[in-house]
Amino acid sequence: MNATMKNAPEREEIESLLPWYAAGTLSRRDTARVEDALANDAELARRFEMVREELGETIIVNESLGAPSARAMKALFEKIDVEPARKPAVSFNLMGRLSEFMSSFTPRTLAYAGGVAVLALVLQAGVITNLVSERSGQAPGLASAPITAPVQGVQAMVRFAPQASAAEITAFLSANNAMVIGSTADGNFRLLVPGKGDASEIVKKLSANKVVSSVLPVTK
Amino acid sequence: MQQTSDEVLIQRIAGGDRLAMQVLFARHHVRVYRFVLRLVRNESTAEDLISEVFLDVWRQAGRFEGRSAVSTWLLAIGRFKALSALRGRKEAELDDEVAEAIEDVSDTPEVAMQKKDTSGVLRKCIEMLTPEHREIIDLVYYHEKSVEEVAEIVGIPENTVKTRMFYARKKLAESLKAAGIERGWP
Repeated sequence: MNATMKNAPEREEIESLLPWYAAGTLSRRDTARVEDALANDAELARRFEMVREELGETIIVNESLGAPSARAMKALFEKIDVEPARKPAVSFNLMGRLSEFMSSFTPRTLAYAGGVAVLALVLQAGVITNLVSERSGQAPGLASAPITAPVQGVQAMVRFAPQASAAEITAFLSANNAMVIGSTADGNFRLLVPGKGDASEIVKKLSANKVVSSVLPVTK
Repeated sequence: MQQTSDEVLIQRIAGGDRLAMQVLFARHHVRVYRFVLRLVRNESTAEDLISEVFLDVWRQAGRFEGRSAVSTWLLAIGRFKALSALRGRKEAELDDEVAEAIEDVSDTPEVAMQKKDTSGVLRKCIEMLTPEHREIIDLVYYHEKSVEEVAEIVGIPENTVKTRMFYARKKLAESLKAAGIERGWP
């Protein structure tokens, strides 16, 4: 008897998890428990081989069932055709659309962009702290934020190119001193370029960048 | 190349995007069909049912909350549709179909054993499990569903999932033993 298999109920519990361990659908914690037990229990390891055989043959049995004919898809879309027309969602679900947009990037790209964003926030916090210190001549303390007027500038609806990376978009926003202030149901993003620049010139400049596939001016 | 996630497709379907529906159908229809086919044992019925399953997705996409995987949701709908279809059939029809399923042209476990085809025997024994046991074996081994997901699809507590899987495997071992393959378990 080893340290892992202290009692029969624990052993039974671990054994009951073997099918899910074989299929790779256990939680990380349970996976570690099973692996620990398998390494120290030869009989359990033998039974795990049985589970693996069952898994392999179950896949073969299911794969031999074939596939449905094209009739199924045809029937589905015939039924969809007679469904009542659906209005596109008009809710301003910015998080949902941002989630969709961000899901198009690879994890590495997102990690890189996240790192850049954190760095930018830290730098910005540093700059603000310095400014406050310089102006007040003392260490920053708690204070109510002053009420500021809405930022004036040119607004445009932008659709980013599907292949544009998060880093490229960040660089694009930075280069144009632009910020995302909203989005629409069809995947467009509303940008604000602060200042009193000429709208057509700004739209033209934004359009010239390869990270966007379309830019439309927004008339207020 | 990264795929659009199932959750994003469901979001688009909720907005009436037919292309997203095509992508989701292409991605999942074969597995849903096989799961349903194993329950209803009739190819034509299974085809009808999968179009019903995906039509439900079209109608209910806006209500999908993403608390479970889309594939789990599809299998749960498929199971409900299949069981409803089975309940709606006449007893006589059901008996005929079960008889057809039993009149399989492939070898029985005993014949397969005589041919020393142990993998074939195991497959035959899997096919001969009761629908309840076969369902759980398929969900765990083929559809790669976790304990929690199986519980959600079948509508039973998680502990019952583990117990049912244990008895399904025990029954499988007994069938193998009866066919001449002793595995020393249970």
